[in-house]
Amino acid sequence: MSKRRGLNRGVAVIGAGMSKFGMFKERDSKDLFAEAFREAVGSVDKGLDPKDIDALYLGNFSNDFFVHQAHWGPIVSDLIGMAPRAATRTEGACASSALAFREGVFAIASGFYDMVLVGGVEEMSKRSTEQVAEGLALATVPYEGRAGFTFPGVFGAVATAYFARYGAGREHLMDITIKSHENAPLNPKAQFPFTIRDMMNAKIENAGKKGKPLPGWEDEKAFLRDPLVNPMVAWPMHLFDCCPISDGASCMVLVAEEMAKRFTDDPVYVAGIGQGSGKGLHACEELTSFEATRYAAAEAYGMSGLTPDDIQFAEVHDCFSIAELFHIEDLGFFRPGEGYKAVAEGQTRLNGPRPINTSGGLKSKGHPVGATGVAQLYEVWTQLRGKSGKRQVPIKDLRVGAAHNLGGTGGTCTLTILERR
Amino acid sequence: MDQRPINDISFEKFLSEDVLMGSVCGSCGARFVPPRSLCPTCYGSEMKWVEMKGTGKLAAFTCITIAPPFMIAQGYNRKNPYCSGVVELDEGGRVDARIIGVDATRPEEIKVGMPVRVTFIHWGEEKETFLAFEPA
Repeated sequence: MSKRRGLNRGVAVIGAGMSKFGMFKERDSKDLFAEAFREAVGSVDKGLDPKDIDALYLGNFSNDFFVHQAHWGPIVSDLIGMAPRAATRTEGACASSALAFREGVFAIASGFYDMVLVGGVEEMSKRSTEQVAEGLALATVPYEGRAGFTFPGVFGAVATAYFARYGAGREHLMDITIKSHENAPLNPKAQFPFTIRDMMNAKIENAGKKGKPLPGWEDEKAFLRDPLVNPMVAWPMHLFDCCPISDGASCMVLVAEEMAKRFTDDPVYVAGIGQGSGKGLHACEELTSFEATRYAAAEAYGMSGLTPDDIQFAEVHDCFSIAELFHIEDLGFFRPGEGYKAVAEGQTRLNGPRPINTSGGLKSKGHPVGATGVAQLYEVWTQLRGKSGKRQVPIKDLRVGAAHNLGGTGGTCTLTILERR
Repeated sequence: MDQRPINDISFEKFLSEDVLMGSVCGSCGARFVPPRSLCPTCYGSEMKWVEMKGTGKLAAFTCITIAPPFMIAQGYNRKNPYCSGVVELDEGGRVDARIIGVDATRPEEIKVGMPVRVTFIHWGEEKETFLAFEPA
């Protein structure tokens, strides 16, 4: 396991922003990042002069493929008037901006910089579904791609291993989808701000208007069992088990801890950061867990002195429904094989004892891959400051939250713990 | 033993000759499939090829309807899914492979734990090879 690690200088978050997530034919990466940047600057309580930002760390997985343009660091630093100050791009597949956050933390902790902007951007919807699937599959392990595995395919396969080992089934994955979609209408940035029941009722209403026979779904699970509504993508992953294709951007302003109160009376501090790497299906320790997540978690818990029980709420990387189940177990929130029972009991709902993916998660908030890591931290930051509006976690004295980001098929995983003191 | 370099190119070449090969560390005896050129257990430098029997159990699988371009070229699509799986070999180690001889339109009937044995798909004019397993 990982060694006990720490920072030589503490780091605080003083501002954050994210664009609306969605599929935007008329918008581009620069436009989306500008939206996130304006919100981040405006969110600094006592004001911020962008000229004081020392450097930029920007996560982007593959705009190279999606819009045929690479080298986004300087493009974004020019956009926000930062050039010629340093801009560095980080790539860790869907965990790209969690790595940007981490590099930003290290840059400040080393004493080299005092204030950095970290963020991410991805513009995916200009490509067809098949092309996006091909682009994302660039981040699988080579043997997986060769055997015909797509991203949903890899997560489908580990789901069959989990089902066989622990006795869970598709119905339990539906609990996760239904739960995430319950939170999404409360998030004005979400790509799909609808509950599953909203979507079901809309289809019934639509059929009525067109004079077609009314579908006889008795509840959300019956709706999700209908192959016409929810077709198979990669068994047992169906359409509603998969996150959408999205465009979006996110960013955060980090400063040295001792400077934080100059910018806000309510800073949020970096309590723990962890990152691990994984080996793919052919070489991983077991098929029902991501080793990289467990390593990252041990590192972040070790640094913070906190335990899984101290994490009051979390955003976890639910690129597929089964992934959320793995993460809540790998992060130690529930015992291996117990996660699906906890979800079925409502423990991870917004009003449950351990809310997970209050933002709606990748599934309903959207997943512009390079932007996701910092967008997850945006949710944690917003919740900790009590500014999440209708989706505010109803736990008194909300103090500690975390974001777990996963890249590829578990190749890069991070856990970042934020706290209010 | 074969002098081919221990890498994925050679691994694929062996597959095209209908042989599943792994590598074994001459220093510590650790065995790897797919082959590794570097032993991450002892960092010994005497890695050699070893032929695998190719029997095992299905450890995980999926049936894919939204296929990547190279599988679409082989005739797979939303109506004609294919099965990919992870096989736990009897001799140790795990491989990712196509699973044939099962009905990919009825995934409920495919069982994790099912015994399988190696086979090789040679596809198209170029006889491109894909590692596969079928029910034993």
